[in-house]
Parts: sequence; structure tokens; C-alpha cells
Amino acid sequence: MSAASFERGYNAFKEQIDAPIASYFSSCIHCGMCAQACLFYTETGEPKYTPIYKLEPMRKIWEQEYTLFGKLKVLLGISQKLTDAELAEWQELIYGSCTLCGRCSMVCPVGNDLVYMIHKAREGMAAAGHAPHSLIEGNQRAINIGSATGVGLPTLQAQIKNIERDTGIKIPIDVPGVEYMALISAIEILNYPEYLSSLAKIMKHVGKTWTLSSKGFEATNAGIQIGVSDIAKELLMRIVNEAEELGVSTVISPECGHAYMVIRWEGPNLIARPFNFKVQHIVELLDEWREQGQLETEGFEKARLTFHDPCQLARRGGVIEQPRKLLNMVANQLVEMEDRGKMNWCCGAGGGLAAQEESEALRLKAFNRKRTQLKTLKVSQLVTACAHCREHLEEGLENNDMKMSVVGLTEMVVKHLVDKNET
Amino acid sequence: MNYVDFLLWVRGPAFQIATAIFIFGLSWRLLEILSLSRKPELAVVRERGIAGGFRTIFRRFLPVDDNTFQRSAFIITAGYIFHLGFFIILLLFVPHILFFREFFGFSWPGLPTPVIGIITIMTLLALIALLINRMRHPVLRFLSGFEDYFVWIVTFLPVLTGYMAFHHFFHYPLMLALHILSVELLMIVFPFTKLMHTFTWFISRWYTGSRAAQKGVQV
Ligand code: SF4
Ligand code: SF4
Repeated sequence: MSAASFERGYNAFKEQIDAPIASYFSSCIHCGMCAQACLFYTETGEPKYTPIYKLEPMRKIWEQEYTLFGKLKVLLGISQKLTDAELAEWQELIYGSCTLCGRCSMVCPVGNDLVYMIHKAREGMAAAGHAPHSLIEGNQRAINIGSATGVGLPTLQAQIKNIERDTGIKIPIDVPGVEYMALISAIEILNYPEYLSSLAKIMKHVGKTWTLSSKGFEATNAGIQIGVSDIAKELLMRIVNEAEELGVSTVISPECGHAYMVIRWEGPNLIARPFNFKVQHIVELLDEWREQGQLETEGFEKARLTFHDPCQLARRGGVIEQPRKLLNMVANQLVEMEDRGKMNWCCGAGGGLAAQEESEALRLKAFNRKRTQLKTLKVSQLVTACAHCREHLEEGLENNDMKMSVVGLTEMVVKHLVDKNET
Repeated sequence: MNYVDFLLWVRGPAFQIATAIFIFGLSWRLLEILSLSRKPELAVVRERGIAGGFRTIFRRFLPVDDNTFQRSAFIITAGYIFHLGFFIILLLFVPHILFFREFFGFSWPGLPTPVIGIITIMTLLALIALLINRMRHPVLRFLSGFEDYFVWIVTFLPVLTGYMAFHHFFHYPLMLALHILSVELLMIVFPFTKLMHTFTWFISRWYTGSRAAQKGVQV
């Protein structure tokens, strides 16, 4: 990757602009409805957080490079060329106050897919050198160590040992010829090892063969988060190579909405060819097994609980009904938030926001949206299917003195599995 | 040049120029957009997305849910009144239909004139309310620039002058000429401003809807 510069950034922006984006900019009538869908606007009341405004640099480039009239305006001195200072100013808007949740794209009356544009704008920003340092460092760690948080293989191996000791189940690693290759996100290795042990138990329950890979275990992709496709490709290829080498038929995305979006949807487009394996989120897979009658469960959760839809899984990924069907199997006191499914509000930490210290205050302020949503429900448990949502939900709840436990869905289902050895 | 000459010029050469700019500009802009094309989707899709795009073209006429409506109730309601009003006046006012018949060679039934009169007043009021809202709402005031106000003016003028001409304000031929002139102004600036949304909204909705449908999400 060559060094960042304004020219590189400008060209990267130019490259990102396609027919949908040109149509979106041509269609926007500045109605302001997208602001009402964005938690950074609703919780702060600051107009600069209006989604379409976050795209002003990109709009300028589109107008001046791809419309005759825009070129004329520059020639006549009516409009000014984009400057590096403007891009620097927009870093806060494109990275610091957007979780890529995509809620804005649901409400625009002319149908603009705003988050599609913001995501692409990050490519230009990163190439111009206006990405947050924390994300740049995360990318370096992902390339050198294996994950953005700096968790590498040794930590995973240590965690595997613990889990094998606790559960008595062997966690397969680098086993060729199995059906599934599971991925995991660093945060699950560190903070939520329950996920991996639950996965091992489920695989045993349904009698499927699976493996982890020592070279391609990290599911998150720092390159996508920051918008550097070269890095994104390199990280993704670790998974693709391993899946193809081991000859698995399905790669399982862990409880992480971002990972699912990257591997399931962006992946093949990123490497410009279809995969020769299937990609499923663990929740999709569990629901498939539920439907086939392969999950034998007993008992119900005692707590009154609700489900938080991870944005990338539901709104941007199409997995909306599955978690509910699974929950209904093990919980009989499921209550729903008013805005849910494809209209759920983001936890406030997606899109790489959690990694940016400079956004912490804003992130916690945006959590007010979740607090408002949860307030009326009177639940004592919050279930989700994304470790990153989970971490931020825990932080936000604690910050607001709300007593509520946050649980991963996989873990909850596993708690109710019937032990087949005993029966 | 007296009023009648002026009217003749406005109806003749001026109208031809405006029509030429409108049609050429419009085609050029659509070409500018569509020629950028987009990359094909390589992920395994849940559905092809072509029909999904068309579904979104229609679905997006209504807000996605109640809460979305409530958060933007004013702009949605006033926006609908103005858009519907504008198109009803344009297409169902009998003198307009006669004009179109001259142009296209066929016609259709119109609405009684008093009804059009009421609709015109509602349209004007909705436009004024939208303008006031734009100047007062923090987000809209912040977002709006010269172009937003300019397109408001060129949209408002034909409705206003039309109403004035019909009610024979001032001198009828002059008023009619001014009305046609304001329409020509609208046609000329159309391709170079966000008035283009009239022709691009369904392209935008289709792209967004098809991508979402491929992922299995109704938007
Ligand atoms: S994607 Fe979400 S956070 Fe980003 S601008 Fe849209 S609504 Fe706001
Ligand atoms: S909702 Fe759509 S049309 Fe309205 S301001 Fe936002 S992008 Fe523009």
C-alpha cells in the first residue's frame, strides 16, 4: 500500500462512485428525514450528524468529476474544489459518528442507501490519510498479529486448552476434510470464551464434523472497518485459503454482525470471485438445525428477556426471523422492543466506533437510544447475537445503572440442550 | 413588443428552446448517471433482486413504519400534498390537457375547474409551509443552501402565476405569458438541479431495493 495523500484519497473517492451513488446524490432533496433515523442526531440534536451531510465531500467530488454542470461551476469559480482540510474535518463524521448501522437507508423517501455511500467514502478517507489512528493501529495489529485487538494464536490456544479441560470436549484445529470451519472474533477469545465452548457442545449434539484453523480463525476484518480494501482482501484471504485448503463446505461466522457482513456479503465482491464454500452465521445454522429437528432442548429461561438485533445481521444481513424462532424454543417470556428487526436501533458501537477513544463520550450518549428502548420493557435479560454489541451493551447498561444481564444467543440455546449421552 | 407579441414569443421560440434544453439536459444527466454502472453482486444471493427493486419503488411511497412517520409527520404530509397537488394541476387542469393534446395528439378527461382551484391553493399553502419549515427546522436550515431555495422558487412560481392568470389578475395575456415563462424557467433549470429527483428517485429506490432484496431484507 502506498503512502496516504490527498491525491490518492481523491482518486479513491472517484473510483468508489458508481451509478447508484450518482443517482443517490441526484435524488437527495434535503428533506432531513435521514437525520431522524440516526441515533447520533436523535440523541444529540446536532444537525451535523445528519447522514447525508456526512457525505458532503463525496458529493462534491461526484458533482465536480461526474457532471458536466459541476465541472462548469468549478470553471466559472461558482464552486470550489475539495480541500484536504475539508476531508480532515469530515473524519469525525465519517468515522467518529457513524456505526454503519444503515438505519438511515431505511427511511430516505427517494430511496438513498446512505450507509452504502458512507462505507465507500471511508475508502477515500483512509487513502487520504484521514482515518483515526486507533483504526490504523488496529489494522497493523490485524496484519501482524492476527486481530485488531492484538489477540493472536497463542491466546486462542490457551483458551482452547481451558475449554477442553472444562468441557471434556476436544476442540479440533486444522483438521482437513470436515464439514464446517468455524471462525471466532478476538473479543470472544478474550471476553466471551462461552461462545467457543457452546459451539463445541452444539457440534457434539448434532454430530457434525468441524474445525478451527490456526491460520484463519479471526472473523472480523479491520480493513473493511477502516475502508482499505487491500488490507481487507489480505485478511479475508486468510480465511478463504484455509477454507479451501481444508476443503470444508461451510464457513461459520461467529456471533458478530460485522463478520457476517464481511464474509457473507462483502467477501466475494472483495476478492472478485465467488467462494466455493457456503457462509452461514451461527444463528442461521442453529435455526436450520432447529427446523430439521436436530436440536433437542428442555426447559425455558426464567427471566423476562428481549432480543437486540445486530445491525449487520438483521438490517444489512437479512437474518431476522431465525433468532426469534430459536429464542421461542428456549424462552417463553420474550418481549420485543418497539423498533426491532430491520428497524432496530444500533447499540452505538459498530463501524469501528468502539475502537476510537475520541468517540467514547458520543458513543455513550448515543446509548441513550437503547436505554429509552429498554426502559419500558421491564426485562432482566438482554439477548443478542454479536459479541461486539454485547460488549457495548454491557458497558452502556453499567454506565446507566441498569441491572440487566447480556447473553449470547448461542450460549443460551446450548444451556437448554438435552445431554444425549445421558439419555 | 406588446403583451400579445410577448405571449407569442413565449409560446413559440422560447418554449422550443426550453423544451430542447429540458430534453437534452435530462437525457444527458440520466446518461451521466447510468454510464457509471455498478459492479455485479458476487455473493450467493437469496433472490435475484430485480423484482425486489421494483417492490421498493412502490413500498417507499409509504414510510417504513409508524415511528418513522411520526418523526417526520409534517414533511411527509406537506410533501405529499404539494407533490400530488402539483401533478394533479399539471395533468388534470383542462387548459393544460388541451395544450398537451396539441403536443401529443391525444387527450384525457380533466377535473372541474373549481376543484383545481382548491387544489392549487392547497399546493401553494403546502409549498409555503415547507419553505417556512426549511428555514426554521435546525436540520433543514443547516442542510439547505442556495440551490434548495432556488428550486423552491422555480417550483412555486408556475403554480402561483398559473393561479393568477386563471383569475385574470392584472392583464390576462401578460399573466399567461409570465406563467408560461415561469414554466420555461422550471424546465431550463430542471436538469441542472436537484429537481432531477423527479426522474432519479425510482432509479435510486430500485438500486437500494434490489441490493437489499438480494440479502433478504425488505426495504
Ligand atoms: S449508518 Fe447509522 S450511524 Fe451511520 S449515518 Fe446512518 S443511521 Fe447514522
Ligand atoms: S432522507 Fe434522503 S432525500 Fe432526505 S436528506 Fe436524507 S438523503 Fe436526502
